[in-house]
Amino acid sequence: MGIAALGLYSQAIILFAALALFTSFIMLAQARMMPLIFTFAWQGLLLAVVSVLTAIASKHPELYVSAALTFTLKVVLIPWLLYRLSIKLNMQYDAEAIEHPTLLLLGGVALVIFSYFVAQSIIHLSGLATRNTIAVSIAIELLGMLLMCVRKSAVAQVIGFMSMESGIFFAAVVSTYGMPLIVELGVAFDILVAAILFGVFFFHLKDSFGSLNVGQFNRLSEANQPMPLRDAAGEPSPGDPS
Amino acid sequence: MTLTLLEVTLLVPLLGGLLLAIVGHRPIAGWINVAVGAVTFGAALAMALEVFEHGPQLSPSRMFYIDAFNVYLVVLTAFVGLTTSIFSRPYMRHEVERGRVTDRRLRLYHSMYQCFLFSMLLALSTNNLGVLWVAMELATLTTVLLVSLYRTPEAIEAAWKYFILCGVGIAQALFGTVLIYFAAESKLGGERDDTLLWTVLHGIAGGGLDPAVITLAFVFLLVGYGTKVGLVPLHNWLPDAHSEGPTPMSAVLSGLLLNVALYALVRVKMLVDASLHTNLAGHLMMGFGLLSFTVAGLFLHRQHDVKRMFSYSSIEHMGLITFGFGMGGPLATFGALLHMTVHSLTKSAIFITVGHACQLAGTQRIDQIRGLIRTQPAIGWGLLLGTVAIAGFPPFGVFISEFLLLMATMKAWPWLTIPLLVGFGVAFAGLFRHVQRMVFGEPPPGQKPVAANMLPVVVHLFLVLWLGLAIPGFLSRWFEQATVLISGASPL
Repeated sequence: MGIAALGLYSQAIILFAALALFTSFIMLAQARMMPLIFTFAWQGLLLAVVSVLTAIASKHPELYVSAALTFTLKVVLIPWLLYRLSIKLNMQYDAEAIEHPTLLLLGGVALVIFSYFVAQSIIHLSGLATRNTIAVSIAIELLGMLLMCVRKSAVAQVIGFMSMESGIFFAAVVSTYGMPLIVELGVAFDILVAAILFGVFFFHLKDSFGSLNVGQFNRLSEANQPMPLRDAAGEPSPGDPS
Repeated sequence: MTLTLLEVTLLVPLLGGLLLAIVGHRPIAGWINVAVGAVTFGAALAMALEVFEHGPQLSPSRMFYIDAFNVYLVVLTAFVGLTTSIFSRPYMRHEVERGRVTDRRLRLYHSMYQCFLFSMLLALSTNNLGVLWVAMELATLTTVLLVSLYRTPEAIEAAWKYFILCGVGIAQALFGTVLIYFAAESKLGGERDDTLLWTVLHGIAGGGLDPAVITLAFVFLLVGYGTKVGLVPLHNWLPDAHSEGPTPMSAVLSGLLLNVALYALVRVKMLVDASLHTNLAGHLMMGFGLLSFTVAGLFLHRQHDVKRMFSYSSIEHMGLITFGFGMGGPLATFGALLHMTVHSLTKSAIFITVGHACQLAGTQRIDQIRGLIRTQPAIGWGLLLGTVAIAGFPPFGVFISEFLLLMATMKAWPWLTIPLLVGFGVAFAGLFRHVQRMVFGEPPPGQKPVAANMLPVVVHLFLVLWLGLAIPGFLSRWFEQATVLISGASPL
């Protein structure tokens, strides 16, 4: 079935889903912190738009709740939180070196193809207008995971994590018109708490390591045992709030 | 009646957590923690008796479902939660005296301890696969700040690793849950709101959920919940989180959280088995289980941190239990259920003893902990007996469950008894080459006894010994009911 044969809403849904996938690739290649956060917000907005379009096209009003949750969390709260923290920790101009960008993007392409391959075996179940987007949602999830794997900065890892969650949320919207309300609310609550905890961790990381680069983590790897002698009795760490 | 008891079991830790968020730094907080644990345990026990007499119970809203399988884990969770809180009171007071924990962090610790217990009890008792996921994620969120409680660089690194790895892992489980929902919805139609309820899913699973979707879902769920079980190669967070956090946390993480994650996996496996009619899920679990069992046993040998060593031992035992559930069949399932119980009891007892031993020696390094039995015989003997029990010596309960699992393996997969036996030997050697020196060596000069409450350890080890000598009739009938639920046949 050609694209032109689909209804207007279906075409719009596919268009916006494709754009959301595109933002995943932008995030993969974006080395600077601020644009990375903004791109993440854009992706959230696109996914929220797809949810609204799906709600209209399929006459499932409960999807408006999903859209509202996505919008509140992924477009407003989490980007705002990350933005504020970046300024507070004075790292708004930070950029990290991305190793092998070409290879990375080709890997991303491979993941998209793989997602279509995986989705192939399950989309026959779905008579929904949005079934093409199942593959896109899997791809967004996997690309988020790839982002987490290749980046060393804590902010980028958090964004990869949240992008993964977006992908899964999106999968629920396009494959089943959303999960039961209590589950959606529970998941949203968990994500919100996770976002706040990540914020707390940024301060701890900055205090302990002087930066948010988690690539320097090496104290606990098996290869480094035995660890340098340390006294478990320790002193209370400096900068204790109370 | 049962349902009010369930509500008590869930609400008491939640409200206790809120209360402790306000008063958690007062000297009395340790006692409040114990009291909350005691009430929870009492309610859980009463509920278990109720289920034992009247069979599975479904709450009117169908949000909660209690059957023989989860009720015994609820009791176990409440029990270990209680005994660990008894241990945590003097332990945390000692940490405050040493200046490692401030008032604010003590409040955080007490509050999160109860919230963590709440999230596990919720995960066990809920009937909704989505809520199960939410509760599992909540369990991560409540413990992540406890792992970093001491704010050392190591603790921060461990907590970050725990957060990220478990977060990514558990996200896969959410995707698996979405896929199960997808399969069920295309079967039941989209206009219902009960499609994710386990009872509904289990009812229709035999009628054939789409095999392709269910297979895919199981792979995602195995990776997701498997990360929290600590299956190799997804285990990296586990030794770090266990070794860097406060010891009561290690005891509940190791003794309870891993069980709850495995419980989630087994619930899903029951669905998958019913709808696939093949043993695909079982084979995957056997593979991952055996790999974890072997690799963790080898890693025991090269540990230098005592808590790290025992967390590898946890991975090893969880691998064995996963292997047992994967093998299926009544005997293996019975053995796995029993092993879950005795491992929980023994491992939390060991962590409690290790916590005291570390305070005694002032370090967690194995080569600096010496002569425990001379400085403080209670701790020395506790560690020695605990290790003897966990290594699978008769007459302790771990021996019985490992023996049952070996028997089941010998019947179904005779060749696999060889790696199992070798694994037992390797793990035994790995534990004893370290523990023997810690217990019997020459104590360093100036080593003094510490205030220790060995009651939880004595109770746990006594229970494990009892289970090894004779499993009480009601308990074996209970395990049998759970075995029938999971494997469809009785072992007896």
